[in-house]
Parts: sequence; C-alpha cells; structure tokens
Amino acid sequence: MIHFLNVIKRYEETGDVLRNVSFDLERGEMAFLTGHSGAGKSTLLRLIAVMERCTRGQILVDGQDLSLAKESQLPFIRRKMGFIYQDYKLLNDRTVFDNVALPLIIAGYGHQEVTRRVRASLEKVSLQGKEKKYPLALSGGEQQRVGIARAVVNKPPIIIADEPTGNLDPELSAEIMQLFRQFQQVGVTILIATHDISLISQLNQRVLKLDHGQLVVS
Amino acid sequence: MKRVNKNRIKKDPPIKQVKPEKRQTTLAGGTVLDKFNAYRDLHAQALFSSLGRMLSTPFNSIMTIAVLAISISLASGFYIAVVNIHQLTGNLQTSSQISLFLRDEVSDVHAKKLSENIRDNQSVQTVQLISKDQALAEFKEYSGFGSAINVLKKNPLPIVIQVLPNNTLTDKQSLTDLLKSFQQMPEVDFAQFDLQWVERLQAIVEVAQVFATLLNILLSTAVLVVIGNTVRLEFYSRRAEVVISKLVGATNGFIRRPFLYTGFWIGFISGVSAWFIVTILMLILRGSVERLSGLYQGDMHLLFLSFPETVFLLFISSLLGIMGAWVVLFFELRSNKLQ
Repeated sequence: MIHFLNVIKRYEETGDVLRNVSFDLERGEMAFLTGHSGAGKSTLLRLIAVMERCTRGQILVDGQDLSLAKESQLPFIRRKMGFIYQDYKLLNDRTVFDNVALPLIIAGYGHQEVTRRVRASLEKVSLQGKEKKYPLALSGGEQQRVGIARAVVNKPPIIIADEPTGNLDPELSAEIMQLFRQFQQVGVTILIATHDISLISQLNQRVLKLDHGQLVVS
Repeated sequence: MKRVNKNRIKKDPPIKQVKPEKRQTTLAGGTVLDKFNAYRDLHAQALFSSLGRMLSTPFNSIMTIAVLAISISLASGFYIAVVNIHQLTGNLQTSSQISLFLRDEVSDVHAKKLSENIRDNQSVQTVQLISKDQALAEFKEYSGFGSAINVLKKNPLPIVIQVLPNNTLTDKQSLTDLLKSFQQMPEVDFAQFDLQWVERLQAIVEVAQVFATLLNILLSTAVLVVIGNTVRLEFYSRRAEVVISKLVGATNGFIRRPFLYTGFWIGFISGVSAWFIVTILMLILRGSVERLSGLYQGDMHLLFLSFPETVFLLFISSLLGIMGAWVVLFFELRSNKLQ
C-alpha cells in the first residue's frame, strides 16, 4: 500500500534528512515509525501526505507514484489517507459534527450521506451525542477521538498518525491504540509515528526505526 | 525550506507502478441529483457563511466598504455628471443659428428692409429682427445689470438679425459659405454662428469624458487592489482552516470558493452603498440645478442613474470583487505551502 524505494529528502540548509529509505507496507498492515527527535519521522509523513516531494527515489501510495503526480491530483491522493495529529488540528470555531463532516463535504457527499456517515464515525470513537459541542469544550482524549473520527469518516484505505497519543495519559493511549487495531482488522493500512516505547511494546507490531535519516530496523 | 533541484540528481530506475484510476472526479457517491444538490449546497453555504463572517467583524467590514463605496461613487458620480452635461450640450447642438450684428449707423427701417431681403434667400428658413430697444430690454432683464445700463446715455447695443438656415443645409461648408455671404453685406458689422461656443463646450465635454474613463479605470484598479488585500488578510486569518482542508483532500477550487464569495459580497455591498451615495448627492444638487436651468430658460432635467446603469454598476463592482479575490488566491494557492 505504501512503498518507499531509496527515498532521499534533502534540504539546502540542513542536508539529508532522509537517506535511502526503503520499506513496504502491505494492505492491512500496521507499523510504528519511531526514532529520536529529528530522525526524520515527520519528514517521512509529510512526504506521504505530499506536503513535500522527495528529492530522489520513489514513493508509491496505493500504486500511484507521488513524484509523478500533478498538483491537481494531490487532493485525490490525500483523500485515500486519513491523517491524525498530536495537536488534533481541529477547527475550533466549528462543531464536532462539522469537523468530522469536512472530508465528506470536500468529497461532495450529499447531506443525508454526510449525516449518516458522521454519526457512524462518531459512534465508532464513542462520541455520540457530542455532535453539537465545540472542540475546546472537550477533553484532550475526546478531541483526539474527534480527529480520529474525521480521519476515518471517508473510509480511507490508509491511516497516518503523527504522535497520536503524545498528549494523552496511558489509559487513553491504550484506548486509542485499541481503535487503531479495530481499523487494521478491517483492512486499513496504518502507520503511526511515535516515540512512546511502552505503547510499541504493548502491541507487538512491526517497527520502522529511523536514525539520523536512515532506516535501521524495518 | 527549499527543495533541492531534482534535476541535478540522477533518478533511480522506477519500480512497478499501477496505473492511477482513469477518471478522478471531485464528487463522490450518490446519484447525479445527489451530487448536484451537494454542489449547490456547497455554494449556498459558501455564499451565506462568507456574508456571516463579514457581519461578525462589522467594524472592519464597514471601514473597507466605506473606502470602496467612496471610490466607486466618485467614479460613477463623475460619469453621471458627464452624462448630464452631455445631455445639455446635446440639446444645443440642433441649432445652427447665425447672428448678424449690424453697423451702428444702420437705421431701424433699413434693418427691417434688409431682414426681408434675407428672408427671400432660398437657404434661409426664418429671420428674426431684434431692434436696439428690444435687445436692451432683454439684456436688462437677464443680465442683472439693469440699473447700470440706465446710467448710459446712449444704447450701446447693435441691431441683430437672427437667421436660421434651412434644414437642408447641414454640412459645415455650405453653412460657412452662407455666413461669408452675410459677412460681405455692407450693413453687417460681423456675423457669427451661435453654435461656435457650443462646439467649444462640446470639446470640453469630450475631454471630460476621456478624463472620466481614465478616472474609472484608475478607481477600478484601486477597488481591485483593496478587495484583493482584504481577501488576502482574510485568507491569512483562516490559514489553519485552509491547511486542514487541504490535508483532508480539498481541491484549490474548494478552498477558493468561500473567499471568492467574500470578494463578491464586498464588491456588491460597496456598489449598493455607492449607488446610495451618488443618488443622495444628486438629490441635494437637484434644487440648485433646476434653479440654474430656470435662469437659462432651459428644460434641463437632472438625470439620475438609470436602471441599466445601476445594474451595470452593481455588476462591475461585484465582478471587481470576485476578480480581486481570484488574483490574490491564484498567487496564494499556486505555491503548495501547507504550513
């Protein structure tokens, strides 16, 4: 589902941030991306989201070469992925419902379909009944679950999470990991960047470890 | 951070690549009607939410709209002024009357005879004789110098014969020939077209028209720039929303839409305000203009902005709003900066 082949990302100011990174993530596979701060985790995720392009090498997402994709195709590539962030990236002036509905509205779903899917998605993360609340009125764990509901509402084949439990206590973290396991079981490919070692050891999944831009464990 | 130039680095041989889906559509799921409804809802939502956002910051909005309304009313006010003056000189254009000023020594009797002779001329339609006394009476009445003239011992005004050439004489050359033939008469001191000053006035109006056009272009550019800048500031204040929308797969078109509507509203509301400003100014002016018109026995009516002109005004100001927003968004979205 996600293929990296000899990917190099070079910045003029800081040099190579990713060096010859190669790995394959198959459909329905779950993996942790780990490494010290500045090892290149965020850069790798940004390449997958096509917020930046790699300097050299090849990245395929769902069979599509990201470096060949035209600017106008990028929105449609991004719709295949659900992104989850440490800081949630919610719109605080919109209700929970509107936040979760955003990917559906962008994709052009009709009103009824949007309502149905948003309800189902919120139910999955146990936030039913909070549709009309605003994000800032929710706890950190709840906000993160809104972020997850938004990431999965469009039923994307890929979920990318950047430190999804960074702001949460261990109990909530475990809950959220449980959610990820559920998505994995229905065939979603999941890549989670984290440096939470205990989390990784709990879940016995594949680990991709970056060290100064090189993949050391895969 | 800038990307390193890709071309400098040799590319790896590509690995297997699956063809992307042939056709990627903006809309997903549902029947055609559903998609249409969803699309219509998007537009309606953008239309009203952009208006709502403007109303939520009334002070900023009023300031911007005031500046724009004044610019637009300047442009359209100047335009309507030119239209009014044009109408005035347009009415005058129809007369190609010639005035013959007779020599002082010509008697009233002789003048009457002369005017009858002129009347017999085939290229003359009507002739009117204005005696010295008539001229003086008229002058007293309209010039406001009545008491000053009473002081004079002798009537200084000449006898005038006003000649209206035949309608068949329309070209300038034959009119000038007619004028010359009058000029050569021994009784005539000098002859002149009454419309000469009209021609001069028309030339001045033409200059004013060109000036109005240039002013309109200049002010339209100002409107474009002001709206563009307002939309740019709005874009930056909603940057988080733009980034998040992009990350969940929004196309540039989707991101652009609400801002284009913001541009539209600013332009449209400014246009409406400008219409009110111009109309109120003209209502204030109307009294004075009518008094002026009465003094000149004219039947000049102040022309207000007509219905088509009003529609045009609103259309252009809305269009300028959309264009200003579009240009700014084009440059903001062209660079794929997401943070």
